[in-house]
Amino acid sequence: MAKLTYIKAITEGLDQVLQDDPKTLIFGEDVGKNGGVFRTTDGLQAKFGEDRVFDTPLAESGILGLSIGLAATGWRPIPEIQFMGFTFEAVDSIVGQMSRNRFRFNGKMSMPITIRTPFGGGTHTAELHGDSMENIFTGVPGLRVVTPSNPYDAKGLIISAVENNDPVLFMENLKLYRSMKDEIPEGKYTVPLDKANVVREGNDITIVAYSAEVNEALKVADKLEKENISVEVIDLRSLSPIDTDTIFASVEKTHKVVLVQEAQKMAGVGAHVASEIAENKIMSLDAPIGRVAAPDSIFPFAMAENDWLPNADDIEEKVREILNY
Amino acid sequence: MAANNKHIVDFAKIKSTMSDPYKKPVQVIDENGKIVNQELFDTFSDDELVTLMEKMVWERTLHEQTMNFSRQGRLGFYAPTYGEEASEMGIAHAMQKQDFLFPAYRDLPQLIQHGATVEQGYLWSKGHYLANQYNPEGTRSMFPQIIIGAQYVQAAGAALGIKKNGEENTVSYAFTGDGGTSQGDFYEGINFASAFQAPAVFFVQNNGYAISVPRYKQTAAETLAQKGVASGVPSTQVDGMDILATYLVAKEAREFAAAGNGPVLVETLTYRFGAHSSAGDDPSRYRTKEEEQPWFDRDPLIRLRKVLTDKKLWDQAKEDELVEQYKGEFKDAMKKAEAAPAQKVTDFLKTTFETPTPNVQRDIEKYEAKESK
Repeated sequence: MAKLTYIKAITEGLDQVLQDDPKTLIFGEDVGKNGGVFRTTDGLQAKFGEDRVFDTPLAESGILGLSIGLAATGWRPIPEIQFMGFTFEAVDSIVGQMSRNRFRFNGKMSMPITIRTPFGGGTHTAELHGDSMENIFTGVPGLRVVTPSNPYDAKGLIISAVENNDPVLFMENLKLYRSMKDEIPEGKYTVPLDKANVVREGNDITIVAYSAEVNEALKVADKLEKENISVEVIDLRSLSPIDTDTIFASVEKTHKVVLVQEAQKMAGVGAHVASEIAENKIMSLDAPIGRVAAPDSIFPFAMAENDWLPNADDIEEKVREILNY
Repeated sequence: MAANNKHIVDFAKIKSTMSDPYKKPVQVIDENGKIVNQELFDTFSDDELVTLMEKMVWERTLHEQTMNFSRQGRLGFYAPTYGEEASEMGIAHAMQKQDFLFPAYRDLPQLIQHGATVEQGYLWSKGHYLANQYNPEGTRSMFPQIIIGAQYVQAAGAALGIKKNGEENTVSYAFTGDGGTSQGDFYEGINFASAFQAPAVFFVQNNGYAISVPRYKQTAAETLAQKGVASGVPSTQVDGMDILATYLVAKEAREFAAAGNGPVLVETLTYRFGAHSSAGDDPSRYRTKEEEQPWFDRDPLIRLRKVLTDKKLWDQAKEDELVEQYKGEFKDAMKKAEAAPAQKVTDFLKTTFETPTPNVQRDIEKYEAKESK
């Protein structure tokens, strides 16, 4: 065991899959000698060589097109898109191409591609670096979307994503990269895809969150515990598919739910989770479904981030409102 | 102000000459069926000349029979290939079994030459999940790409994969049309292949039109071949109505790439004799008979037929017999395609992921229950 940051945990996970499977390839803009703009791939080229970890020209569509061709010739690509805001350049490769190829070939073609991409606010990045764009991709059949909220999950999920034989969009939160450390087992372990995680058990209300908002939700749970309010916190981890079983079990226990996302209310996955609960468990609810999300504006200019991003205070306010309904 | 009017950089001169190296399309037989390059012509054996003619007759017959089926409402989307036989069969003839093909939607004939069946082509047109089954069974090809340009970036990836696999004498082989050269993915594809010096052979079949938009409205570049310069990719134009020239250039391009010299770009100058697709396009809205007629005179079949007839290698009876044989084969393929099983929703759900996600699994169970009724 070693105490590792979220970013180091991802590096360890990548190191592991490079060791385990000689067909894995890491490539993207500045991921080679430079070790990535956030050092996520630091040391990997030196250890595994330029044939396995390499830089590409600056063109996102080219990078993901390259991934598709490499997958078609027997490789297991782990491309990086430097910031999630730049995936717009490559939407066809993700939505129009790799996610559809197994279906197109009646199950006879695999696209074992894991696209790593950082996103998330709170670090005063330039425009189109921090946007939460998961909703562009969670409605895409054939594609999984996952995002870890802590270092332990980050390593286990990246290994699961790479070992999976279908495309996975792996979202890494910029604010979490160096802001937290976990005890991480050495060597290989996996965290399952398609599964949410009850990160804190409680009986009075359920908060469903993901990525950096999980930590904001946990702060609220800590605070309310002092008032003998027991909050259950679910970390979705998988944004597509949504693990409804775990959510439904919690709602049946607490009868109250608040959904939290960093994305704008019109974006994110909150609306989808709300509709699943309404469709399947409405009779278990004692109050309306509460939602915490960013305002429906463009992602803010850097100086306004703190006023715009949903935080623990916003979550606490909504939780109290639903509890007192 | 400077006293002399000499330019620091003579942009006007650069502009007027930048197309020059690309404006000499390779030709072996000219529009009148005259051999204009005897040395190149002599590289073909009689058997090979006959084979190339047979392939063009095959493609022409495939087109005619497919249009018949289409008019009868027995097919879905079909992009006619009438007029492009020399370009497509010349290029296809140079392709090797081990090559990875990236066809566009008009490139079914090359895909079938590479190993797919006509039945699979018809299933693709009709819209059936059994259409794209050729790949794992030995034929290396993507499905006919609908998103114009996507095949180019993917071909760069396959070329890099081929290089990393250490596969000898193997290339990826990609097609697009003249309109496709305006896409970002066109440029990214050739540039990536170039940056990685990967064995890709890129073809631009310039048939003069992207649906109704003429070639000159795509770009002010005088040739499309010169677009290779932007990526350091050697390129050329070839007379795409001359199958001998097209074949020789494609073969040389392929050999150059396969030998580890990086990618190549080839522009074939051809013409679409009819509509863009079977879905109601009417060329008379944007072309005149006066424009079309000279191209009909350049028909690639007329050209080679004349040469072969002069050499006593070909006659009308032989051609008629071939056409009948091919028609019979295509009719059989159509019957097989029409006998394909009805598609079920569960067929699609089961191939959305290798291991169905929980929501997909729930749908599988729901639709299995419906389908078993």
